[in-house]
Amino acid sequence: MTACVNLENLTLGYNSHPAVHHLNGVVRKGSLTAVVGANGSGKSTLLKGIVGVLKPMAGACTIAPGVKLAYLPQQSELDRSFPARVVDLVSLGLWPRRGLLGRHRSEDREAVSQALSAVGMEGFEKRAIDTLSGGQLQRALFARVLVQDAELILLDEPFNAIDARTVTDLIDLIKRWHGEKRTIMVVVHDLDLVRQHFPEALLLARQPVAWGEARETLTPDNLLRARQFHEAWDENAPWCAPEEAHNHDGPVPVNSRDHVDRADCRGAA
Amino acid sequence: MQGRRLMLTLFDYVIAPIAEFAFMQRALAGALMLSVSACPVGVFLMLRRMSLTGDAMAHAILPGAAAGFLLSGLQIVPMTIGGLIAGIVVALGAGAVARLTIQKEDASMAAFYLISLSFGALMVSLRGSSVDLMHVLFGTVLALNNDALTLIGLVAALTLGILSIFWRALVAECLDPLFLRSVSRLGSPVHFIFLGLVVVNLVAGFQALGTLLSVGLMILPAAARFWSQRVGIMCLLAIALGMLSSVCGLLLSYHASPPAGPAIILSAGVAYFVSVVASPRGILLARRLRAAHRTA
Repeated sequence: MTACVNLENLTLGYNSHPAVHHLNGVVRKGSLTAVVGANGSGKSTLLKGIVGVLKPMAGACTIAPGVKLAYLPQQSELDRSFPARVVDLVSLGLWPRRGLLGRHRSEDREAVSQALSAVGMEGFEKRAIDTLSGGQLQRALFARVLVQDAELILLDEPFNAIDARTVTDLIDLIKRWHGEKRTIMVVVHDLDLVRQHFPEALLLARQPVAWGEARETLTPDNLLRARQFHEAWDENAPWCAPEEAHNHDGPVPVNSRDHVDRADCRGAA
Repeated sequence: MQGRRLMLTLFDYVIAPIAEFAFMQRALAGALMLSVSACPVGVFLMLRRMSLTGDAMAHAILPGAAAGFLLSGLQIVPMTIGGLIAGIVVALGAGAVARLTIQKEDASMAAFYLISLSFGALMVSLRGSSVDLMHVLFGTVLALNNDALTLIGLVAALTLGILSIFWRALVAECLDPLFLRSVSRLGSPVHFIFLGLVVVNLVAGFQALGTLLSVGLMILPAAARFWSQRVGIMCLLAIALGMLSSVCGLLLSYHASPPAGPAIILSAGVAYFVSVVASPRGILLARRLRAAHRTA
């Protein structure tokens, strides 16, 4: 088992309140993991921490050396009024390959148009991005992820605002990536979708509730416990003592309830 | 016959003033180089919704220029260095406050430039007559010396070089900053490099157009946005608009003798209003197109 992402006692958050609290674990190379949990349970925060746009408050998150990463955020900071065409947006995905100065070659343009047809958007190349619908924009962003050709793919609620047929297409795409041994983490709310298509799931409620085989993770018991966490911050929560939380190395057990109990600081909730 | 007369009139009004007088040639060279340099920077300011930031930076430069002026009079090198320092301090300070605190860049920039501007006004009032103040504020495009032309040329070359190297990053930073941060470390540096370009272009411009108006040649030709949907073409169009305004403004100044700097910026203002009204995306045509629609 080779690790693609290594989470060591990772705490991420905002204004000294943790949104992801002492998370330990390993995302295996080639795994396809659904990240599940209620609003505010730390799913997006975890992805941001892995991408590196959010610095950890404690612990560390390391990506295996040389692994290239593609990230589809939940709330893109995309400026839709910017005068760009769909093909310009998707071509941004060539950055890892060509960087700042490399010329875009004919095979690159070919890759862009293939990605667009893979998300069902042929014919949209020259459209201005401010004329796309929400779902079309999301598919264009998916196409950009395709072009990035990354080994580690992080998708934050990619199926929002997308019609049922396109969701099926995008799931097929994700499965194709999985077949190509890429490592994929997807934040999903639709639990049926997870049970049907995702081999593994991580159930978060600020602390990890369970992490392992999807069907075993999403048991009614675990889901109930995940729902019971306190979403609002407690301004007077005691400070988390660092020594309690350490010494959790090694892989996470498939059904990791005891692991979770050990990682719990019992302070914040 | 009529054509010939037209040519002669054209020659008298347009070519002759420039061909005959060295100060006009220098003014034209300076203004054209400024257009090549400042107009594309202005397009990016507009696309990043930072047009007013450009304006604020122009005011922020004043105390530096004034300090140079206090130390050595109306001399180009000290005033330029002073303006450069003041501009960079304000740009970095406002940028740092925006990135490190909850205050957004518009608010921090406003605070920094106001402090800076009041310093500048204080310094200019310490010494010098109002004539000097007018020089600093409104420039002297008809009296550009070799030093000033060299400076403008260097800034233009630097700007074009940096824009072509960082083009892709600049576009990515405007279009999708979070994406750029996820694939590259260039996000923050490219923002500051861009602010640096704004400062050097304003400093280059204030010899000719003054601290208050140098930003005009940057912002107004960005009306090219009305004519094109492609960033590259927009920049070229903005340069063309800037050059046209420079020529018109200088000729207007020669024939009707208003001050040249304001005449150039006013010409750019006319180009702006024409774009607002008559361009494909302007008021008139956009309305006419809205009435008709296709089947799919």
